Amino acid sequence: MSKVYLALQDNDDSRYIVEAIIEDNQEATVINQPAMIRIESTGELVVRRSTVEEKIGRDWDVQELHLSLITLGGNVDEDEDQLRLSWNV
Amino acid sequence: MVAKKLNLKDKYRALTRDLDWDYDYSDRKKAFPYEEFEGIKITDWSKWEDPFRLTMDAYWKYQAEKEKKLYAIFDAFSQNNGHLNVTDARYVNAIKVFLTGVSPLEYQAFQGYAHVGRQFGGAGARVACQMQSIDELRHVQTQVHAMSHYNKFFDGFQDWTHMHDRVWYLSVPKSFFDDARSAGPFEFLIAISFSFEYVLTNLLFVPFMSGAAHNGDMATCTFGFSAQSDEARHMTLGLEIIKFLLEQHEDNVPIVQKWIDKWFWRGTRLLAIVAMMMDYMLPNKVMSWKEAWEVYFEDAGGALFKDLARYGIRMPKFVETTAKEKEHISHQAWWIFYTHGHAAGFHTWIPSDEELDWLSEKYPDTFDKYYRPRWELAKEMEARGERFYTKALPQLCTTCQIPMGFTEMDNPTQIAYRSSDYEGEKYHFCSDGCKHIFDQEPEKYVQSWLPVHQIYQGNCGGANVEEVLRDYYKMNLGEDNMDFKGSSDEKRWNEWKRKGVA
Repeated sequence: MSKVYLALQDNDDSRYIVEAIIEDNQEATVINQPAMIRIESTGELVVRRSTVEEKIGRDWDVQELHLSLITLGGNVDEDEDQLRLSWNV
Repeated sequence: MVAKKLNLKDKYRALTRDLDWDYDYSDRKKAFPYEEFEGIKITDWSKWEDPFRLTMDAYWKYQAEKEKKLYAIFDAFSQNNGHLNVTDARYVNAIKVFLTGVSPLEYQAFQGYAHVGRQFGGAGARVACQMQSIDELRHVQTQVHAMSHYNKFFDGFQDWTHMHDRVWYLSVPKSFFDDARSAGPFEFLIAISFSFEYVLTNLLFVPFMSGAAHNGDMATCTFGFSAQSDEARHMTLGLEIIKFLLEQHEDNVPIVQKWIDKWFWRGTRLLAIVAMMMDYMLPNKVMSWKEAWEVYFEDAGGALFKDLARYGIRMPKFVETTAKEKEHISHQAWWIFYTHGHAAGFHTWIPSDEELDWLSEKYPDTFDKYYRPRWELAKEMEARGERFYTKALPQLCTTCQIPMGFTEMDNPTQIAYRSSDYEGEKYHFCSDGCKHIFDQEPEKYVQSWLPVHQIYQGNCGGANVEEVLRDYYKMNLGEDNMDFKGSSDEKRWNEWKRKGVA
């Protein structure tokens, strides 16, 4: 199974997004690099609005992810409630 | 009753379908004259999807927010004399390469997407290209703003657009984009959206920008990551484009594969410059070029191509060569620039002893055997007052336009030479990949504007190298070029540090 990944700028919003990702994706690995945080997982990775809102303590639009996102790998599927990254193999 | 708000999918549909128009009184083919000549078959444009479903209102909202954050950092950087906080003044030379070599490509991308965005019959594709075009314009603007701060304190930043159009090594990135923009609209998308954005730009914007942060360059790191936040969208688009083309018609598969082969190789050659920036120009290292290649191409690209295998797409041609090149390419590229340092618009240098040790550690199979001895020799020569600069102008590869300094990968002491004959003339190449590209489209590449050929033909003014550099390239000789050791950049830096300005 291939790895999907995303990388976020190391900023205040990302801290909560990363916390939410870890909670929703037990398999995910977090790698800290200068000024950035890379999160990778086998097969699939989900960023869920409800979990991020719980962590960040306010309303959060999934499209706000664009403000902190540096890069990603995988097929993207996004709607109001979540962003999902996956490979088909 | 208040109307229910549209959800994301409905909003995107309204933008990309309902706003399109029918061609009832004019000929659709005349409206989109470039849509068919490449042989790509589109049966249903409505299948085009942007997975982020970004609408114009959301686009402007988030882009504005990105800009506000970015310019706050630029202000802070310049108000606090951020240039004094970089690890050392050698680092700034990586930024000179970026401004003269990369930022003009952002402008070319802006022009390219503006052009192809007009040429597609599908509204979804047109909207996507429009947004990307605006993104790319934002990138060049923010990069120029960020680096203008360095222009106040360091040499080599003064005439970057002029240099990009003329200087010998800058023809490498320039010709890459000229090649893409003079292709048809679908090839442009495979070249830039897929091969460049999806497969390769991570290597430029992610580890290198993380490296900028690690070297105290807040402004560069931030514009890099801010640009890359758009790139995440561009990459996703690149992947969607390729899936869209492959799903539209099976006849598209071999055409797309041919373009992937070409543009993957063109891209790896362009990235040789980034390889050397990462291994040699960042005083504080984040990861080696080899490691970056493994993470961002071999792992990430490997997963991608496995995913595309179901369409009948295979890994790009010559990918096995790149697995060997990752051990060599940065060292060979920096050596080319070191030995041509009198003709470069930035400074070059011999790596420090600690840096040589780091390279030995990161490249255990190749560095000590092939490259460290060269630097030891360069050190001896420099100590004798004989810092080496080559006297000759290099032969250039007709395809990638890099001086022919790369070696056979199975015999790294032998320079690689390939050639093809076309209409009675001989053309030279640095690799099988570049020869293959030429052989597919010789009528295009025989027109390459090769800087060394142009100098010898008398088209760059000047009877000698010095005149070409000074008058045609507009380099400030003795300031912009030569070794970092003894440069004005170095003198000023030491003066600032001595005075404790920082």
